[in-house]
Amino acid sequence: MDLKNVGDASVGGIFLAKDDNRRMLLEKTLKEYNYEGSSLLEILHKAQGIYGFLDKKLLMDISQSLSLPPSHVLGVATFYSYFNLEKPGDHIVTGCLGTACYVKGVEDIMQAIENEFKIKRGKTTADGKLSLFVTRCIGACAMSPAVIVDDEVVGKSTKEIVIKKIKHLLKGGENIETS
Amino acid sequence: MKLVDLQTIAENEVDFQRSYKHRINVCSSSGCILFGALKILKAFKDAVKEFGLEKECKVARTGCIGTCSVGPAVLIEPGDYLYQNVSTEKVREIVRDHIVLGLPIKEMLYKNESFFKKQKRLVLKNAGKIDPHRIQDYIAMGGYSALVKCLATMTPQGVICEVTSSGLRGRGGAGFPTGQKWSLVARAHSSPKYIVANLDEGDPGVFANRTLAEADPHAILEGMLIAAYAIGAEKGYLYIRAEYPLAIQTLQKAIAQARSMSLLGDSILETPFKFNVELRLGAGAFIAGEETAILASIEGKRAMPKPRPPYPATYGLWGKPTLIQNVETLANIPMIVLNGGLWFSKTGTTECTGTKCFSLTGNINNPGLIEVSMGTTLREVVFDIGGGVQNERNFKAVLVGGPSGGCLPEALLDQPIDYESLKSVGAIMGSGGIVVLDDGSCMVDTAKFFTEFCVEESCGKCTPCRAGLARVKEIFEAITKGSARLEDITTLEKVSAYIMDASLCGLGQTAPNPVITTLRYFKNEYLQHITEKTCQAGKCFKKEEGEQKQ
Ligand SMILES: Cc1cc2nc3c(=O)[nH]c(=O)nc-3n(C[C@H](O)[C@H](O)[C@H](O)COP(=O)(O)O)c2cc1C
Ligand code: SF4
Ligand code: FES
Ligand code: FES
Repeated sequence: MDLKNVGDASVGGIFLAKDDNRRMLLEKTLKEYNYEGSSLLEILHKAQGIYGFLDKKLLMDISQSLSLPPSHVLGVATFYSYFNLEKPGDHIVTGCLGTACYVKGVEDIMQAIENEFKIKRGKTTADGKLSLFVTRCIGACAMSPAVIVDDEVVGKSTKEIVIKKIKHLLKGGENIETS
Repeated sequence: MKLVDLQTIAENEVDFQRSYKHRINVCSSSGCILFGALKILKAFKDAVKEFGLEKECKVARTGCIGTCSVGPAVLIEPGDYLYQNVSTEKVREIVRDHIVLGLPIKEMLYKNESFFKKQKRLVLKNAGKIDPHRIQDYIAMGGYSALVKCLATMTPQGVICEVTSSGLRGRGGAGFPTGQKWSLVARAHSSPKYIVANLDEGDPGVFANRTLAEADPHAILEGMLIAAYAIGAEKGYLYIRAEYPLAIQTLQKAIAQARSMSLLGDSILETPFKFNVELRLGAGAFIAGEETAILASIEGKRAMPKPRPPYPATYGLWGKPTLIQNVETLANIPMIVLNGGLWFSKTGTTECTGTKCFSLTGNINNPGLIEVSMGTTLREVVFDIGGGVQNERNFKAVLVGGPSGGCLPEALLDQPIDYESLKSVGAIMGSGGIVVLDDGSCMVDTAKFFTEFCVEESCGKCTPCRAGLARVKEIFEAITKGSARLEDITTLEKVSAYIMDASLCGLGQTAPNPVITTLRYFKNEYLQHITEKTCQAGKCFKKEEGEQKQ
């Protein structure tokens, strides 16, 4: 998912402007699924891919396009944890709190990140630079504990490695590869 | 393409593969990719070129070989030489010594023989050996010939009989007899009929289904096709969680290739049989794997379970008869059709035939993807295959069956793996997770962790599950903060029993399993926490950090 171009997406108007590239991509998706309400999840997935997150206005737009009540669309979007309803930070760190990772001590790593960057899980820092999320098993259990730093899955991670990577990203560096 | 053409393709492909003296299989499943498998793949191609071996040596990207913790893993055929922890620097040396000079590099080979010896790989027979992105590889291994056999020589009823006589039971957790389920859907009157392949795998700590899809996607598709033929369905949905991008990509590609060879679509292999498959992405909800909830999700709604009956077999997707089947169950089907139900029933136990795949993780020496005959004991899995507990610590417990499974102590390790025997000690088969805990884990903390997971994942539709689990969580918080009293243990037991009895769906009905089993087998730890306010593992009573979390 490319989150770098999300930028001003939350500014009203821009979101729904018909000549916006993103809106055109969304329209294409809607057409592809024949404006069918039963494809709502697929459409939300694509919309999140295009915009980076699902703003209320965007959800309203989708509900109109699919002729579904807004409460239904909002209900679905909030039910599934994969959908972001708020604008995430420039960089996203997600810790895996699945069983295997928990057993291997991911909780300590999460607490270290929280302390180091003064951030709580589920939240974004005030300057909008960093979000810290939690997920439940990304299937890399044999390499647990796993932490995702932007798009890179860091297996067998330790607090030192993860914090170093985050610091590097926040300084504007590209993701440093471990592999 | 016609039925006979498939045989020609298989023969040509086998000839083509035989023209190579060596085959270098580089595991390019999620796990090994994390360790840089794609770079290794390229390095092997470069090295083979450098030595001028392109005509003799085929470099293939394959799925998981099973030994995921020592990735990147590379398997060289013939001889099944398994190299572990391969780095780009070592690649040239391997090609030179092993291929050119014929001297396998002993120090780099995977040594733990018992990891494979105690396994029986039937579902995973192609995993790590074929390129999942090439349908020809699958066909060369005999793939799609079970479908051909069905279409050319068997009636739908005949297929169902074969599956029934195999004794196969669902691998998604509940263990319902597969043949019986197929008969129910086949007999249902209304039409159209649907198939849903369940690859939600929401259990945290489980990756067996994902790995199967990444390693052998066509086995799942072929199973779906045969099921469709047997029950008379023309449309199927493969529901897979969005957190599994590589599996999604692999399946998409497999579907496209099958379609282009007329193995999916309107007149399959020029017979009147038609069947189409569509992928549907889940979005991070454990409950979406429950069979009525998955239907709601495919219909574009919140994944909320419904009371049964009516069962999906008669009233499923859009009110039509629907067969819901776990993907591992489906991957068993082609071999049953090819070799016969009787052949299949000879593996495993009388009540529980065949094998089961597990993801083996936790504090263990050889985590990875394994497949064992039903009836194998937990001890064999943990100590022989898993190589025992890591870092020379002691074994404490093994968690079987995911977040609603049971935590079993050492004394129960001789329990054979089958649905009934696991259930009798408070665990469940689940969808195939085995997590080993060492003596550094706190069982109270572990039970609390699973309770928190279930509280978060409860869909909230019914009170016993929603309110009951919240109460259980409160008590755990009290115990781990030092404010609980002994009576709370009785309350825990009572509330747990109530949740299990009164909940609408499987999530609530099994969620208290970890609580009940830890209370049954590790009660002294609860008592220590409550009366002495100590946690030997040092996980609880960390007040400040605990509060900061909120
Ligand atoms: C909370 C919950 C989660 C489940 N998750 C899955 C899952 O991820 N994959 C799966 O195949 N079955 C899952 N099941 C079991 C399914 O409801 C269903 O029994 C199964 O898919 C049927 O296929 P089978 O007969 O091949 O096992 C889950 C059940 C419950 C109650
Ligand atoms: S048992 Fe729990 S998850 Fe299942 S329907 Fe009730 S509230 Fe939802
Ligand atoms: S539990 Fe973290 S990757 Fe599976
Ligand atoms: S992911 Fe490579 S061996 Fe399992």
